[in-house]
Amino acid sequence: MLKGGFIQNLPKIYGLYTGGFIVFILLMAILESSGVSAKTIGQLFLAFTVLIYALIGWLSRTVQVDAYYVAGREVPTVFNGMATAADWMSGASFVAMAGGIYFGGYIYMAFLVGWTGGYVLVAALLAPYLRKFGCYTVPDFIGTRYGGNFVRFCAVLVLVIASFTYVTAQINATGTIASRFLGIPFEQGVWIGLLSILMCSMLGGMRAVTWTQVAQYIVLIIAYLLPVFWISNKFGFGIIPHFQLGPEVARIAELEAQYGLVKNSADAVKAAGVPGGLASISTAHSAVPAGSAWKYISLAICMMVGTASLPHILMRYFTTPSVKSARKSVAWSLFFIFLLYSSAPMLATLSKISLIDPNLPTGIIGKSISDVQNIDWVKNWIAVKQAYIADFNNDGILQLNEWFMRGDVVVLATPEVAGLPYVISGLVAAGGMAAAMSTADGLILAIANALSHDIYYKIIDPKADVRKRLLAARVLLVVIGALGAYIASMRLTGILGAVAWAFDFAMSGLFFPLVLGVWWKRATREGAIAGILLGLASGTAYLIYVAPAFMNNTPWLQIDHLRFGIIGASVSLVAMVVVSLMTKEPDAATQKMVDDCRVPSGKPVISRQH
Amino acid sequence: MSNKDAHFEKTKSHMIVTLAIWFFFSTVVFMFGESLNSASFLGYPLAYYMTAQGSLAAFIILIFWMSGKQEDIDEEFGFGEREDD
Repeated sequence: MLKGGFIQNLPKIYGLYTGGFIVFILLMAILESSGVSAKTIGQLFLAFTVLIYALIGWLSRTVQVDAYYVAGREVPTVFNGMATAADWMSGASFVAMAGGIYFGGYIYMAFLVGWTGGYVLVAALLAPYLRKFGCYTVPDFIGTRYGGNFVRFCAVLVLVIASFTYVTAQINATGTIASRFLGIPFEQGVWIGLLSILMCSMLGGMRAVTWTQVAQYIVLIIAYLLPVFWISNKFGFGIIPHFQLGPEVARIAELEAQYGLVKNSADAVKAAGVPGGLASISTAHSAVPAGSAWKYISLAICMMVGTASLPHILMRYFTTPSVKSARKSVAWSLFFIFLLYSSAPMLATLSKISLIDPNLPTGIIGKSISDVQNIDWVKNWIAVKQAYIADFNNDGILQLNEWFMRGDVVVLATPEVAGLPYVISGLVAAGGMAAAMSTADGLILAIANALSHDIYYKIIDPKADVRKRLLAARVLLVVIGALGAYIASMRLTGILGAVAWAFDFAMSGLFFPLVLGVWWKRATREGAIAGILLGLASGTAYLIYVAPAFMNNTPWLQIDHLRFGIIGASVSLVAMVVVSLMTKEPDAATQKMVDDCRVPSGKPVISRQH
Repeated sequence: MSNKDAHFEKTKSHMIVTLAIWFFFSTVVFMFGESLNSASFLGYPLAYYMTAQGSLAAFIILIFWMSGKQEDIDEEFGFGEREDD
């Protein structure tokens, strides 16, 4: 049949797709040189890529439960790795990460280690075992392993809280990009973004999301790497920047010492009329701040453990053909993520040196302010309040602490700063859109699947037929998406705060119930319930206690609102072990289930169609 | 000890070794960030290099190694999967 043919032909199909995309980029470059406006090129980039994703979504439509929830469990190892990488790398990774490194230096780079190291936990502790289990969703594992609807419900609760915190940020990012490049208001951009997201997932569930995510990965990685390599080669810093930017990092440190890293007082910044969200460089690029080890490590730990608890990532490993391929697929996922993550610090370095080194033609620090204000890209970004100049010492020369910009500008404007053609900026927009859409798709699907499979089918109506189940799944998909878009259109939180919180929520409520479910036979239902609920409650209580937006108390041991998962997960572990030991050992059937999920061979623990 | 138990014991020690290496590259290295940074690798300060690239690459190699070794363990006890499964 055609379907089998499709899987065998994947390398050819996506090879053609990549070639087609490169031809499209060249075509846009030709259009640009023949005088087509920058705005039209940006619009063409967004329209073309989004239409392709929608086409893939439509071609992958399905009426089978197995295909809808786990893509028929036939996604090959390497392709699942690419899909996971797209699922994982969000609008925040794509747009904000290089900017975060640019301003935050070494401590911010704990996110790089945290968002990659977590995959070791996924591969060693969870992915292969959950794959063998044969569940459709993460709460499906919890509900079956511990037995009972209440524990299933608790797992769904954590999943919804963590994923929903995350998804609004993604829809927000699609809205920002759509509004910027299509020239429409943000509130409308959010709904256009949502429409694009739903077109990918509505008809085909996990199967459609898988094949669009592979396509989105290809777009986003080309969009991220091309400018990095181009700039590095253009300035003669090195053919492969990853191995050759050592001298530039040293040069930045030298310039920092020469200029001095001045932290402007909040009052001065306010008095100068700097727009909100803009910053000047006040943190060293590569130096390790004194006494910062715990601050770094605690952030990395939260992000790693959170990674291993996020349901939209774990469920990607339910789609591979075997346990073995689930395990290998984690390694491939990390490889594809690494291609982007290892480039982010390089982009931050290139961006920073091209701005602050007065010996480069692009340098602006140390030049006369009136000259700098006449540069095209400076004018454009100041006009949209993404950049700002405040002459604090009134000498008419731009100092390091007098140049303000928003972190996102590092990715969005660096091609322009370095004098690359506009077609690259259009490509970067398409890449940012792909990153935000693919993550939003995975998250909305994780929530809708948990509600349709675990709440509707397993708890409310276990006799529902296939047609009814898939209808419920699709209706929920639209409802959740609309709710996310509505909240995003109200612009409640900054992108990064929300993303880190999702990791902390997930690790507070799900990490130990999942891991101990596989690795500790003695873990009981009551223990799991205590672990989930007390972990979630203590983590949330602590968040409210320290978050600047809520009670703003002094954090304990520097565990601030980005790191509250440490509290939640510790409470969860203790509660789960104590309560499990106090309650009766799980019955023989449950113990056998755990034994079975620990060996790769044999039938899945849960039957294939359930 | 049954075959299954022996398999699990070996799987467990393999998991612990994997997590020990993971702990080294994710945590131990960065306990000494300040002193490591005075050394250099490829011209980058060492701690900066580890957080920008080094530890990330180590994680990839670690997972590939872990998967390969775990497949050998599964085969050794006769729990490997058939290709068409």
